[in-house]
Order: sequence, then C-alpha cells, then structure tokens
Amino acid sequence: MSDISELSFEAAFEELEGIVERLESGQLTLDASVSLFERGRLLAAHCQAILDNAELRVSQIDENSLQNGE
Amino acid sequence: MFARQSISVSQLTTHIQQLFDTDVILQDIWVSGEVSNMTRASSGHWYFTIKDDKAALRCVMWRSSTVNQTTIPQNGDAIEVHGGVSVYAARGEYQLYADIIRPLGMGDLYQEFERLKARLAAEGLFDAERKRAYPAMPQRIGVVTSPTAAAFQDVLNVLTRRFPLAEVVLSPTLVQGDDAPPQIVRALQRLNDYTDVDVILLVRGGGSIEDLWSFNDERVARAVAASRIPVISGVGHETDFTIVDFVSDSRAPTPSAAAELATPNIDDLREGVNLGLLRITDVMRDSLASHRQDLNATRRALRHTSPQVFVRNSRQRVDDLNNRLLGGEKRLLSLLRERLRAREAALHAASPQALLERGYAIVTRTEDGRRVRSSHDADPGTGITIQLAADELKARIEDKDTHERYKRTLF
Repeated sequence: MSDISELSFEAAFEELEGIVERLESGQLTLDASVSLFERGRLLAAHCQAILDNAELRVSQIDENSLQNGE
Repeated sequence: MFARQSISVSQLTTHIQQLFDTDVILQDIWVSGEVSNMTRASSGHWYFTIKDDKAALRCVMWRSSTVNQTTIPQNGDAIEVHGGVSVYAARGEYQLYADIIRPLGMGDLYQEFERLKARLAAEGLFDAERKRAYPAMPQRIGVVTSPTAAAFQDVLNVLTRRFPLAEVVLSPTLVQGDDAPPQIVRALQRLNDYTDVDVILLVRGGGSIEDLWSFNDERVARAVAASRIPVISGVGHETDFTIVDFVSDSRAPTPSAAAELATPNIDDLREGVNLGLLRITDVMRDSLASHRQDLNATRRALRHTSPQVFVRNSRQRVDDLNNRLLGGEKRLLSLLRERLRAREAALHAASPQALLERGYAIVTRTEDGRRVRSSHDADPGTGITIQLAADELKARIEDKDTHERYKRTLF
C-alpha cells in the first residue's frame, strides 16, 4: 500500500470509500478488518488535514511567460 | 319580417380565425414593442405582452421555440418578435404566436448570430454527443478571462470558498472589442498546448449584447470546439446566450456558476470523509462486539471439556483422600497409644518396686551395693542393705555357727 502522506485528496478519499465498501461487505477476517480500519482512519485524517490546510493557488500563463521559456 | 338566421359564437370565431390565418401579412410578421407580463410556465411555454404607448399585443411562444431562443425577454425590454397573428377561440382574443424574439435594433447582429448558429449546428458542433465530461474533482482549473475583470474575482471567490484544493491557471485575454476574439482563441490554445488543466472556465461578466459579442465570434466558437480540454462557459447573465454557450461542453449562466459547476463543495467533501470514518468505525465496533460474543460462547463451550474440570475434580479427590488419610492416622495413633499403655502396665507389673510391694526384698552389700544372690556373696561380718517396699534395713551377716546357736536357742 502507498504512503498515505503522499496521496492527493482524491486518491485518499477514493481509497477510503473502497475501504468502507470492503469493511461493510463483512467478508473479512478480524485481522484484515482491523488493519483496514486502521488504514481507513489514517486516510480520513489525511483527507481532513488536506481540507483544513487547503489554500487556493493561482498562477498565470501568458504570452510573455511562454516567450521566457516558462 | 324575420331577421337572418343567427350563427353560433364558435362559427363566428372560426370565420374570423380563417380570415387571420389566410392573411399573408399577419402570418409572417415582425412586431416591435416593450415586454410586460412576462411569464415562463413550467411547461416551457412563454406568455407575455408587447406594447407601445397606444396598444398592447398578447404573445405566446411554445416550448418548441423557446428552447431555441438566445435571449429570455424581461419586462421592460424593447424587443422585436416574429410570428403569426391568430385567434385564441376560447377567449375570443387575437394574439401573436411567436417563434423568434430578438432585442430591438439588433436586427443585423441578430441575423448574423442566427446564420452562424445555424451553420455551426449543421456542422454538428452543438451535438450532445460532442459534450465531454470533466472530472468531479479537478486538480487544476484553467480560467480564460480578463485578469482585471470582476468575473475573474468572482471565480476566485467561489473556488476559495468551495474548493481551495484546486490550482488555478489564468490564461489572460481581452474579453471585449475587436482584438478580443483572436486573444481568446490564443488563451484557449495556451492552456491546451502548455498545461494539463482538467477543465477550462471561459468566463465574462454581464454587459450589453455588443460587449458580449466576442463570444458569438466564429473563431472563438471553433476554438472552443477544438479544445482538447473540456470547456465550461459562463458568459454574462442568466438570460444571455452566446454561440460559445452552445459549443461549450457545459453552459453556466454566470462566471460564478461556472466555477460552481466545475468543482465539488468542500463542505460536502468534509462530510463525505466524516461519513466514511463513521461508517468504518461502526462496522469495526459491530465486528468487535460480534467477535467478543463468539469468544464468550466458545469459552463457555470449552469450559465443559477443559482440563480445568479434571483438575477441579482431582483436587476434590485429593481432599477426600487427605481427609481419609488424616482419619486413618488418628485411628492408628490411638491404637498405638493404647498398646503403649498396656505395655507400660505390663512393665510396671514386672518392676522391682512391684515385687517389693508384694513383700519381696532386695539385698545388696552396703559397702559396694552389689546384689546378694547367694551366701557366697556375703561372708559373715559383711554389712548388707535390705531394700523393702516402704524403706530399708541395715544388717550384718552372722557366721553359720553363731547362727546355728541362735537357731538352737530359738527352737
């Protein structure tokens, strides 16, 4: 599994949704459930942190910046 | 004299209707006036009145025509309406059945607009299957507009509030005037060629129809159609429609609305995350509870087959045995004690003291304490001690003759 801190909100949220589905299917051993739950908890915390710290970034692409090789 | 035979209201109305419907002028006419009583029915039909200072004309436009209109008339607007005049029999009123509405004085522009629209539509540029979906959660959002316009600020405000996770890439351009169309085209190309934005917002704030005209430019329309990246248009106000709106993948009524259309709401995302957490926590709690229940049941079942039971039973047997053992010991001791007492009694019966009690005496030599068992042990003159039950006597052995003498003397 990938390092949670590297995940984008969308990727983390998608994985969290997958975990919700797998846990709710109820087809897992206790061990598997516990580790999935733990990862889900961390994913949710990561998502919340991203939402809490999000700040709109604005850049510009115009003819000058293209000419300057940006 | 009899009056001529009367006719029914329906018959009269039908007659008038035929007069209207066969009149070439009435059936293909442009009428100008000011809009009032504008009503947009939920059915999609529009009902309104146009008037000047002396007269009023009721107008109706069916849904089949309203969906094609580029402007929704507002009360007070000066407009020109095209259609045919006929009779609404149920009320006995004549009215204009409109199929085209255009702002007054825009005749030439309007015709240009309609021609371009028809041409692009014929090319299939407006076809529904051309419309592309854009991601629900765009990471990068391109914005084509004037950096100094209120529209750009509106977009930034909406994005800051709704989806600050996004990165905005502004591709600046003029949005009105003759230079605007080629600049808009170039701004769209820049985003397509040099960025990987997920969606483009092509926006401009409200203005007059001339102000918005760049968005009816064929070059702009074709650039939107050619864009690799999905384009959401948000030009002018809710009532303004431009050619770009028809070509774009999604049309928003205003710049702010375009920004909203392109992004999820952060509050919904927060709720989604919380809900996810809540659901896995619930599942986990239930799962743990049910496992605990299983465990308890198993523990109960195990108790019956467990060595604990054997151990407990054994312990009891040990206790039993122990008790029996203790009882045995006690009995054994008392038996021994009894025997001991018997031996003591026997021993006592055999003791010298017991003999003395019975009248026997023990004789020892006084000088050395040796027992005197025969006459040889004590010569005459020897001091002896006679031990009796109560006390003792001291005596001296006489010689035999003296003894004999005594005997004779005595007997």
